[in-house]
Amino acid sequence: MKKVANLDDLRRLRDELKSKTSLREKSEKSDELIQVRVGMATCCITSGSREIMTFLAEELDKRKIEAVVTQTGCMGYCYAEPTVEVLVPGKEPIVFGYVNKAKADEIIEKYIKTGELVEGIIPKNYKNFDETEK
Amino acid sequence: MKELSLHILDIVQNSVHAGATEIEIDITESLSDNQYVIRIADNGKGMDNETLQSLSNPFFTTKNKKTGLGIPLLQQHAEMTGGTVNIWSEPGKGTVITAVFTHNHFDRQPMGDMASTFISLVVAYPQIEFIYKHTTETNEAEINTFKIKEILDGVPITSAEVLEYIRSIIKSIS
Repeated sequence: MKKVANLDDLRRLRDELKSKTSLREKSEKSDELIQVRVGMATCCITSGSREIMTFLAEELDKRKIEAVVTQTGCMGYCYAEPTVEVLVPGKEPIVFGYVNKAKADEIIEKYIKTGELVEGIIPKNYKNFDETEK
Repeated sequence: MKELSLHILDIVQNSVHAGATEIEIDITESLSDNQYVIRIADNGKGMDNETLQSLSNPFFTTKNKKTGLGIPLLQQHAEMTGGTVNIWSEPGKGTVITAVFTHNHFDRQPMGDMASTFISLVVAYPQIEFIYKHTTETNEAEINTFKIKEILDGVPITSAEVLEYIRSIIKSIS
């Protein structure tokens, strides 16, 4: 038996979302948006970064904060996983370590919304392993 | 890794790193053959023979770091259940990784939260198309981001409501 995903539900959802006046067009230039990068290398995944990634993606959208949530490779802070880097336009990027859902919530409510720093910052003195030259 | 879906998330990162634009994740459960098979296929840049031979070495990586644990860990977990990991790859064509687990083996990990794995890939790589298929002896289901985006007609696939829809579909088929 082939189970077909209920595409009518999806069509209804699309129409609902399109009619919402709050539907926001994301800026073409991603450097004008808040960028949230969650470490998603093997070390990060084993430490629970997947749940942090989905939490941030869903909550930022629900709280109507325009942001790009993406993944990055190993930052070299395996001891402090899960790690999340937040880049607010015009500010230095900040890496938070030992992020759980409560900390992720605090990052959204305090750092992203008001600019207030929260505990758990790791100084960014690294280059991502994917970015460094061989 | 405590769940097979975490292995999938990890291995798919390799496909992304290889520049894939289409990634297929197939799960096939067969109770009659007592097998649980995970197949990940991509259209990335592929690997030459020399690279292929080095994949099971935990100290081999193509990234600028010291270890490459993703495939050795998957291999270890498959072998713990009496299974295997096979990798086919050709430069310019892509890579197919097939991990076979013994279905009823005590050490076979559960699939876990496949919905979160899929969602975190869709959110992080909206430009890549993901096709997830789950086949059991009585059921066959598929979720395809290409089709979803077509229906969404400009509504971002990363909207919380759409992610919730994808989550409910995957939960019902996993």
